[in-house]
Amino acid sequence: MTSTIAEPPAMTVTAPNAGPVAASHRSTHVLRFDRPTLALHIVVMVTFLGLAATGMPLLFSDAPWARALAMLFFGFQGAGLAHRFFGLVLLGAVVWHLANVFWRAFVRGESGLFWGPDSMVPQPRDFVQFYQQLRWFFSKGPQPKFERFTYWEKFDYWAVLWGTALMGAAGLVLWFPMAASRVLPGWLFNVALFVHGAEATLAIVFIFAIHFFNGHLRPGKFPMDMVIFTGSVSREDLRHERAGQYERLAASGTLDWLDVPPPTAKEIGRGRLIGAIGLSLGIALFVLILYATLR
Amino acid sequence: MTARIGLLCATACLVPWLAGAAAAAPPDVKPPTNEDCVACHGDASLKRDDGRSLAVDAKRFESSIHGPMACVDCHADLSKTELPHEPKLAPVQCASCHDDIGGKYRDSIHAWAKDKAGLTTAAPSCASCHGTHEIKAHTDTTSRVHRSQVPATCGSCHAGVREHYDKGIHAAALARGDSRAPVCVDCHTTHDIKRADTDKWRLSVTAECGSCHAGVVDSFRGTFHGKVTELGFTRVAACADCHGAHDILPASNAASMVAPARLVETCGKCHQGANERFVQYDPHPNPRDYKRSAVLWWANRFYWILIPGCFGFFGLHSLLWFRRSMKDREKRP
Repeated sequence: MTSTIAEPPAMTVTAPNAGPVAASHRSTHVLRFDRPTLALHIVVMVTFLGLAATGMPLLFSDAPWARALAMLFFGFQGAGLAHRFFGLVLLGAVVWHLANVFWRAFVRGESGLFWGPDSMVPQPRDFVQFYQQLRWFFSKGPQPKFERFTYWEKFDYWAVLWGTALMGAAGLVLWFPMAASRVLPGWLFNVALFVHGAEATLAIVFIFAIHFFNGHLRPGKFPMDMVIFTGSVSREDLRHERAGQYERLAASGTLDWLDVPPPTAKEIGRGRLIGAIGLSLGIALFVLILYATLR
Repeated sequence: MTARIGLLCATACLVPWLAGAAAAAPPDVKPPTNEDCVACHGDASLKRDDGRSLAVDAKRFESSIHGPMACVDCHADLSKTELPHEPKLAPVQCASCHDDIGGKYRDSIHAWAKDKAGLTTAAPSCASCHGTHEIKAHTDTTSRVHRSQVPATCGSCHAGVREHYDKGIHAAALARGDSRAPVCVDCHTTHDIKRADTDKWRLSVTAECGSCHAGVVDSFRGTFHGKVTELGFTRVAACADCHGAHDILPASNAASMVAPARLVETCGKCHQGANERFVQYDPHPNPRDYKRSAVLWWANRFYWILIPGCFGFFGLHSLLWFRRSMKDREKRP
């Protein structure tokens, strides 16, 4: 999720252009997410939806729809098999991402990954911007000049990372209780099951309600933000949404390095399709949860 | 049209014939009274050719729940006959009055055994459990189907199961006179008894255990075992798989399947290779019970703060954001 870098000199590796572009040749769009990052989001999206759909029959086993949802995966054993498959893929994706981040930081010597305006790490700036955003909500000030990642995006990122680590660990204990019991006491399985379910509730509702709103459904983005499917953002949008990053890059002249052609109609169409499927499946599962808890 | 005329003619011809047939029988045949019956059947030594007693104890019959009824109400084929009657009578049809129960019985494994599997003498019909002339209400403590008598009644055939049942804590409670102690019919039902090895039946028993052990079943429902069985699958453990069925004993009893010393063996029935650490798993966890598991209690507490906190915070955040964005939209021309 942090693979696109806007800081020289590392820029030379991933930036599509080697130098400044003449104003007349500038594209309307700049790169925000590179291809591995787009792929990572698709993998997380698909596995997350799969994990939710195959886990929910057990988590909400008393809901009237639970059995039907389980039968969609040929019973609880089929759902369990699919759940383990999706879980392994998600764990693999997260491990790959972490390895990639550490490789970039320590092998390639990229700077700015763990601190600075391009970093995912929460910093004092984020608390200030949160306060400024609150003031803006009440029309008491301008919107903060966000950098590459806003505070709510950082929260999403760390929630996925923390959630996958915790649920992955708990899931593996529940998958291999016999092996786990060689070192762990059995009562920890109770805790693992509880944590797996509670964290799942938190993650599912957070993604399907909060992340969907922040990322896609809110006014200005509705019905969805294409940047996570096409990888590029228009200069105009970037200037409005991430004034801090835009001004910083424009001032240093490196914004042009990120110059990419605008997404083709085909790319946008593909993004719309994938996004629409993801959003509708997520909202459908969210409605099932609401029905199960409020009935 | 011709067919209908033919039918009319046939009916016209038949009516006088039927009337004649009725007139041929003695017009003043009165059904035999109970006294008439007892005149013979009151003799305690009255026996059939095969040695089975034909005696009816009039006093016991009169004190039974059917006491006010006439013998011929049940032995209906004698209501139009003069005594002495033919030796072979039609079987009594209890369902002619108790038709709802008759319907349930006909769906049961007992009726299936009798009517379809050919166990005509071994499988029970109404009288096998309720008796014949001495039937009492199931609320009457001397009735064969009173709760206290049910194990003996069922055990008259299912002797091996009764032996197991008598060893268990439920039999002990019944012997103490605890009216809530479960007997055979609580789990197996009375009239529409089904095979006990079907998924549907096995899954229904958990609710029956829960009718007394409500909290225990609630805690079970929170576990993987409880959730999978609630979904309708029987591959995982339900109550009887760990506690036994007929000979349930408390964990404090060394012979119990859930006695601490036997847990490795009991869990190991499904979880091959279960060890001492594995069986520290709590099949009935309660996250609100600090004494039962402090770690689980803390985990519960943690998520009870984290989940509402998270949704409250970001829910409000989204709401304020939405409101502000709509305001911006209004301002625009």
